[in-house]
Amino acid sequence: MSLAVRCQNLTKTYDTGGQIVTALNGINLNIPMGELMMLVGPSGCGKTTLISVIAGILDQDSGLCELFGENLQRFSSKEKLQFRARNIGFVFQTFNLLPALNAAENVAIPLIINGMNRHLAERKAIELLTQVGLGERWTSLPSQLSGGQQQRVAIARALIHNPRLIVCDEPTSALDHETGLNVMHLLKSVALQKDRSLVIVTHDARIFEFADQVAEMDDGHIINVKDASLRT
Amino acid sequence: MGDKGKYIGIIMGLTFASLIMTQQPAIFVGLMSRSYSFISDLGLPDIWVMDAKVQFVDDIKPLQDTELYRVRGISGVDWAMPLYKGLLKARLPDGTFQTCNVIGLDDATLIGGPPTMLEGTLEDLRRSDSVIVDIDGATEKLGKPSTIPGGKPIPLKVGDNLELNDRRAIVVGIAKSTRTFQSQPVVYTTYSRAKNYAPKERKLLSFILVKAKQGQNPHELTQRIKQNTGLAAYTQDEFKELTYQYFMHNTGIPINFGISIALGFIVGAAIAGQTFYNFTLENIRQFGVLKAMGTSNLTLLRMILLQAVLVGSIGYGLGVGLTALFGYATRHTILAFKFPWQLLVFSGAGVSIICIFAALISIFKVFRLEPAIVFKG
Repeated sequence: MSLAVRCQNLTKTYDTGGQIVTALNGINLNIPMGELMMLVGPSGCGKTTLISVIAGILDQDSGLCELFGENLQRFSSKEKLQFRARNIGFVFQTFNLLPALNAAENVAIPLIINGMNRHLAERKAIELLTQVGLGERWTSLPSQLSGGQQQRVAIARALIHNPRLIVCDEPTSALDHETGLNVMHLLKSVALQKDRSLVIVTHDARIFEFADQVAEMDDGHIINVKDASLRT
Repeated sequence: MGDKGKYIGIIMGLTFASLIMTQQPAIFVGLMSRSYSFISDLGLPDIWVMDAKVQFVDDIKPLQDTELYRVRGISGVDWAMPLYKGLLKARLPDGTFQTCNVIGLDDATLIGGPPTMLEGTLEDLRRSDSVIVDIDGATEKLGKPSTIPGGKPIPLKVGDNLELNDRRAIVVGIAKSTRTFQSQPVVYTTYSRAKNYAPKERKLLSFILVKAKQGQNPHELTQRIKQNTGLAAYTQDEFKELTYQYFMHNTGIPINFGISIALGFIVGAAIAGQTFYNFTLENIRQFGVLKAMGTSNLTLLRMILLQAVLVGSIGYGLGVGLTALFGYATRHTILAFKFPWQLLVFSGAGVSIICIFAALISIFKVFRLEPAIVFKG
């Protein structure tokens, strides 16, 4: 089975005003292609740091983190940017849609970053918004959409450029239970494919059932990786 | 991003800066151009001859009338005419006095007269005791008291009398001349009559107006006049420059206006810079999202500069527009206002500097931004 992410002995420390805090302490983690991995654990356990390293937006101090067989630390800043732009989609807890842009313009951003003509990018964005059930709302500004609708726009934005890895940070925590489940159904049905993996950081135990694997973290370590097929 | 209130705040700051940086210099330029407006109004002579110690157009150091004949005798001089210029008190019908700028023109040719006659003709000065008064003086400072208490003065008109230094003067014409720096009424009469109005002095000739012969280089002629007479001789532009430089170096006007303009620039920069920077800070997460998604610093730089150029252009346009409106609204008042194209360039450069400054402080913040900020709660 090919791996989307391979982390070996990852460490990352922060200097918080003279005090060294170890956020990642020898992390070993493999995320197979086509699987949905959830990272769970208490606040401050290092989930956010790990997802940031995996997404290539934060450099580890030591250890190896490969994405699709590529060691991003060997890349120049420009190459890393281009790699992220092509291969990674992001879904955030607070959606992080640009408030001045409508739904279609928000969704089109990754395509425009990758050099696509704006008009064509927006046409593709409207098609994808139709797929996620917001075809009628493509002209709406984020402020005119409900939380669940905004998260669906954010998911469309994460998918539009057909990335191989989607990282989601607490995608359901700002939503009510039912909307959260709908979002997870959408992620599982539309986002997850055999050549695309998902990493989701979450506290929300109600969505663990959507995972293929759940990695439990504590104090900068991965203390347990559960295979969903073994769940009782 | 999406905050109209803050956009308006930035635009208001830039509009204010642009307004101050155009309106104040326009008043300054208007005021300074008035310092030599009398020279500009007398377009006919090529050269002005005067006492060597004269520092500016209102600094009268009279010459003996014989100097006129010496100048006329210099080769290259086509004609040379006397001009009297002095401040004399006019007695108004209500008994008050008003200082007037009395201009005495050559009796035969009337060279040096007002640029535009509104009523009467210049030749009317040949009538006895006649004077021509400028329209601003006639309607304002030399006007007759209103019959209604507190009302506007009744403008002086052709046929009215004035008393200049206890001598009768009859208004035979109303002229339009450019306001002078002191904005005193201008009274035109003949040279010989002006000498009668003026207090008795041995020397009363203020300037000699010289026309160079065709083909004669005026600069060479000024040198020749200086060498032969020991007097000062300037071309019209040189005399304007001398007057302008005197006001620049010997009055507080440039400093006062300079302070206003600098304050406008600083306040504008502070408002625009601070609002722009706050704007960036409040949207820092959005910049982080764009960075995380693979947007390069160059693209973010272009985005910020585009926003700066957009708000700068709107603010500049509004500021310049307001200045133009101000100029239009005050065109018939005593306020000095001149709006040459160079001021547009000057204020445009000022607003550009403010926008670049505002954009730069935001750009540094965005450049240093770690995209990992997007995952922080």
